[in-house]
Amino acid sequence: MHNGATNGAGPIVDIRDLHVRFTGERTVHALNGVDIALRQGEVLGVLGESGSGKSVTLKALLRLLPARRTTVTGAIHVAGQDVLAMDGTALEAYRGGVVSMIFQEPMLALDPVYTIGDQIAETVVQHRGVSRADGRRRALEMLESVRIPSARRRLDAYPHEMSGGMRQRAMIALALSCGPKVLLADEPTTALDATVQIQILLLLRELQRELGMAVIFVTHDIGVAVEISDRIAVMYAGRIVETGTLRDVVKSPAHPYTRGLLASTIHGSQRGTRLEAIPGAPPRLDRLPPGCSFAPRCNLADTACRQGEIAPVVLAPQRSARCVKLATPAI
Amino acid sequence: MSVTDALPPAPDVGGPQQALLAVKGLSKHFAVGGRLFRTGGVVRAVDDVSFSVDKGEVLGIVGESGCGKSTTARLIIGLIAPDAGEITLDGEPVGPALSLRELRRRVQMVFQDSYASLNPRLTIEDTIAFGPKVHGVAVNEARSRAHELLRKVGLDPGHFADRYPHELSGGQRQRINIARALALAPRLVILDEAVSALDKSVEAQVLNLLLDLKAEFGLTYVFISHDLNVVRFISDRVIVMYLGEVVESGPVETLWADARHPYTRALLAAMPSLDPDQRTQEAPIAGDPPNPIDPPSGCRFHTRCPYAENVCSSTVPKLMSTGNDRHAAACHMVDPASGHSKATAQAIRRRAQSATDRPPDAEAAHA
Repeated sequence: MHNGATNGAGPIVDIRDLHVRFTGERTVHALNGVDIALRQGEVLGVLGESGSGKSVTLKALLRLLPARRTTVTGAIHVAGQDVLAMDGTALEAYRGGVVSMIFQEPMLALDPVYTIGDQIAETVVQHRGVSRADGRRRALEMLESVRIPSARRRLDAYPHEMSGGMRQRAMIALALSCGPKVLLADEPTTALDATVQIQILLLLRELQRELGMAVIFVTHDIGVAVEISDRIAVMYAGRIVETGTLRDVVKSPAHPYTRGLLASTIHGSQRGTRLEAIPGAPPRLDRLPPGCSFAPRCNLADTACRQGEIAPVVLAPQRSARCVKLATPAI
Repeated sequence: MSVTDALPPAPDVGGPQQALLAVKGLSKHFAVGGRLFRTGGVVRAVDDVSFSVDKGEVLGIVGESGCGKSTTARLIIGLIAPDAGEITLDGEPVGPALSLRELRRRVQMVFQDSYASLNPRLTIEDTIAFGPKVHGVAVNEARSRAHELLRKVGLDPGHFADRYPHELSGGQRQRINIARALALAPRLVILDEAVSALDKSVEAQVLNLLLDLKAEFGLTYVFISHDLNVVRFISDRVIVMYLGEVVESGPVETLWADARHPYTRALLAAMPSLDPDQRTQEAPIAGDPPNPIDPPSGCRFHTRCPYAENVCSSTVPKLMSTGNDRHAAACHMVDPASGHSKATAQAIRRRAQSATDRPPDAEAAHA
């Protein structure tokens, strides 16, 4: 257990052995034993390809997964509360009050028939029990804090009247309006233009520092993760295969998948060279191979990789990787 | 038998000196928001765009959403008709001389959405064989050609020929799209964000494949992407578009080392860092790209440019040579006669510096 800043009581987000299974025609093993310990004020970048389980992890944290078709086991504690045990009322206070989320597509996350100001004000009124006028005041304050120009005028704008970058800022304002302790970000800059993306990343970095929030930032883009994260967790087939500080993971990746991912990411001038691609494709989550899920694509894999559960190998404090090859110092 | 037997690629006409594709004064405007008896605004999606693509070259087109890069691609391949401008393929102007049917045989396109661009009711084999059959290749021949192309794109025909698009992964589907594009033995392939939707590890595989196929079939690519790292990797030359206009063009490494247009520099500086010790400290430009309906006057970038002066909002800058080989920029600072206060100073400094270093441009910014 780590010593977090929250009254010395440990991590603000504490996920243990989280399994998520979607049942239906076929059973999809979306998460297969995820552990996350996030301290107050820390930014965790979750890096992974599509289907790796990064978005499912965030949805599980907010209890957004469809209850009827989802089986969740393990434990999720946020700010000392047992998230999986919450009832309807507790969940309402928890979502937006303790943990908030921003999405890739603000047009889908914002309500198209209410103005930005009304949406933020309503959220504040619901959570804080303040008057509508106070809610509006808070909305203006929030729009200013996310640097929306002429914020007072923008209070009365509808989402469709704003540009993509402005909408993303408005969504951040909405998410932070009730002072959550934890912000979940699901690829919030992926759909943005390059010159806008960097503005939003820098804004999030600034707000995070100012407010001392913990952030879990999900992305498939290593550059984006580098710009925002303190620590990195690399996910593959529903497991965290490597975790450590940003510098450790990016500069000296330990897991063969992380190494392959970094090698296949183009950087600098590589013209005229062949890219080091990882062969094959990620496994189907309804037919996971036994042992290490990456073994079928890994050029180091042998029989030991294909048997039983691969436990994380601790490489240093807060740094581990799920690879049997790391257990022996041969690699 | 070889892929090229049944449907050989169009013969080369002008030799290596003649550009494979030449686009001149291309424009496409879309009317928007008009109501009955009232005209709305006009999106100048592509506005007086000219460029050429040499044989065997990869031309990258970069720019943000709304810059006109995809519209340009659609105009080239004849999916939409231009309002003005000429498109010439190896010396033959598209139009009466070169029919749309023949154009599409010589120019093929791969789109971003690998699923939407495949017919869900056709098997992979039928999909790839469809084009050749339309162009008069016998059914059996078209079929064996499809199988060979599947092998070329790294998919086992025995395993994939009878499958349907929904049974494949995104990377596999994009390989099918590439195979289908190659089935007509085109000379030019337009790749419009063709690897953007793929996971990184798969993207690298497909990029390697594109380079292999280019070498094997002697192809020429127009590679459209928002990912500057990918564009730098694959392109020989790059053109940068902003709100329907070309703002800069040049050899890829020249552009990276010595970009002259402030927008190109901002675009390059906005790329996320891959080094934890060199994170970006400041956004290169503020705000979003303006609405392409009724774009700003003069230089369309002047509303976001730190160097904008009066001349920038009044006069449209022309694409001018920077003095470097094949490097041109549409910025008043590049034109010594423009009257921009930095133009002459830059020209003098540049001559003195013999273009080894970039001049310091962190001086006072007039907003």
